[in-house]
Amino acid sequence: MIKLTVNGKKRLFKGAPFTRLIDALREDFALTGTKEGCGEGECGACTVLLDGEPVNSCLVPVCQADGRKVETVESLGVPEKLSKLQAGFLACGGAQCGICTPGMLMTAHAHLKSGGKADDASVRTALSGNLCRCTGYQDIVKSVIKAAKGGRK
Amino acid sequence: MRGDAKSMTVLSPRTAAEAVKTYAEVPSALPFAGGTDVMVGWNLGQMNGRAVLDLSRVAEWKKIRVVGDGIDLGSLVTHAQIQAHPVLRKRFPLLVAACATVGAAQIQNRGTIGGNIANASPAGDTFPALAVYEATVRAIGPNGRRGVPISEIFAGVKKTTLRPGELIEAVFLPFPDETPTRGIFRKVGTRAAQAISKTVFAGLVWNGKGGVLTGARLAFGSMAPTVRRLYAVEEYLRGRRLNEISISAAAELLPNDVSPIDDIRSTREYRLTVSRNILTAFLKGELK
Ligand SMILES: Cc1cc2nc3c(=O)[nH]c(=O)nc-3n(C[C@H](O)[C@H](O)[C@H](O)COP(=O)(O)OP(=O)(O)OC[C@H]3O[C@@H](n4cnc5c(N)ncnc54)[C@H](O)[C@@H]3O)c2cc1C
Ligand code: FES
Ligand code: FES
Repeated sequence: MIKLTVNGKKRLFKGAPFTRLIDALREDFALTGTKEGCGEGECGACTVLLDGEPVNSCLVPVCQADGRKVETVESLGVPEKLSKLQAGFLACGGAQCGICTPGMLMTAHAHLKSGGKADDASVRTALSGNLCRCTGYQDIVKSVIKAAKGGRK
Repeated sequence: MRGDAKSMTVLSPRTAAEAVKTYAEVPSALPFAGGTDVMVGWNLGQMNGRAVLDLSRVAEWKKIRVVGDGIDLGSLVTHAQIQAHPVLRKRFPLLVAACATVGAAQIQNRGTIGGNIANASPAGDTFPALAVYEATVRAIGPNGRRGVPISEIFAGVKKTTLRPGELIEAVFLPFPDETPTRGIFRKVGTRAAQAISKTVFAGLVWNGKGGVLTGARLAFGSMAPTVRRLYAVEEYLRGRRLNEISISAAAELLPNDVSPIDDIRSTREYRLTVSRNILTAFLKGELK
């Protein structure tokens, strides 16, 4: 049996230990915010935080999350009360189809929370493992910078 | 077909001794560290029915230890951990630079140095740096531990000289006797992030009196089935002054030690030209 903390809640996982974390989250814990793009570690759509660090949940077997903390996009905000980062994406048009967005948000969230800089180059490096097929990176980077600046006022 | 989690058995040793013992009992088990290589194949259904030797609980292999004459990197140390370590940043900057180009943040947070080596991709980005720092890979197996020089760990594409039952426990980086005068790491891929190298270089030089080179260590990855030290170039440069003539003669010797191929990422000609340019620019002191 695998014990993990997901978005602050203790969870038990009773399925096969080699189940991918993304499948455990979506299918067993009904947290469908996390999306699957490539299933190969290339696109970052499935990014969640494992002990605070961004990882591709399509490449993590749930047994390696045993005893650890997982955060998904559901931990950020709710439609009635968006997080600063989510509000930034909304304000700057940082999302179109939205498939990449949960991963973008979680990666950017980890970057800012760990004290990462909010300048163009730093945000681009931080997000370089997150691909977007529609929005274009310009507006995504702008969204992150706006959210970070807003937060510092 | 997709990976079928129910078909997999996970073995979770907690210590080095337990890992070796479990591996001896189940020799068909697949060692598994950060999984960034293994999971890609697994997701495609290539490993169903296997036992997995999950090394991630072996806490002693997650440490970076500064010892008297060098640094001991546990095999489970991640690319992110390497970049964050102050002594590695100071003493082994080319390895730090290499780790910063492995995939992107998500891969660097999970991918390990031991997994990078054991995977033995011709394009493994840490290998040129490990080669010029003359790292030693420490293997542990049923017959105990042994050190394998980085120049002897790779047997070919995706093949190592690890013996049956052996695991990588650590990588030892000896402090150079003298601090190199200059060093550079360069990776050329299709794009800045998440790209497999077309060519990847690490170089160190030591200047002596009057501008004479007392030593050079140069290595390319992606230019042969395994990482290559440029022994012919190094030998030629030792004791010479760097100038237009010696640098172009050195660059002409490059094909002595590499044998690039045409593949989906690039051509032999492109790789040779770009590599020659990198080597030349490095020796001229033009690369920052
Ligand atoms: C999107 C993406 C981008 C990538 N980009 C790069 C890149 O730019 N440069 C690069 O070099 N690599 C890259 N990689 C490959 C990979 O991330 C690295 O090689 C990484 O260091 C592998 O480490 P791991 O711990 O994840 O290995 P794992 O997947 O856990 O294992 C890899 C192999 O090593 C074996 N193994 C693992 N640990 C040990 C051990 N201690 N003893 C013996 N055998 C062991 C496993 O059995 C397996 O065969 C990329 C991968 C992905 C998915
Ligand atoms: S779905 Fe995991 S990285 Fe693309
Ligand atoms: S919004 Fe569609 S992939 Fe980014």
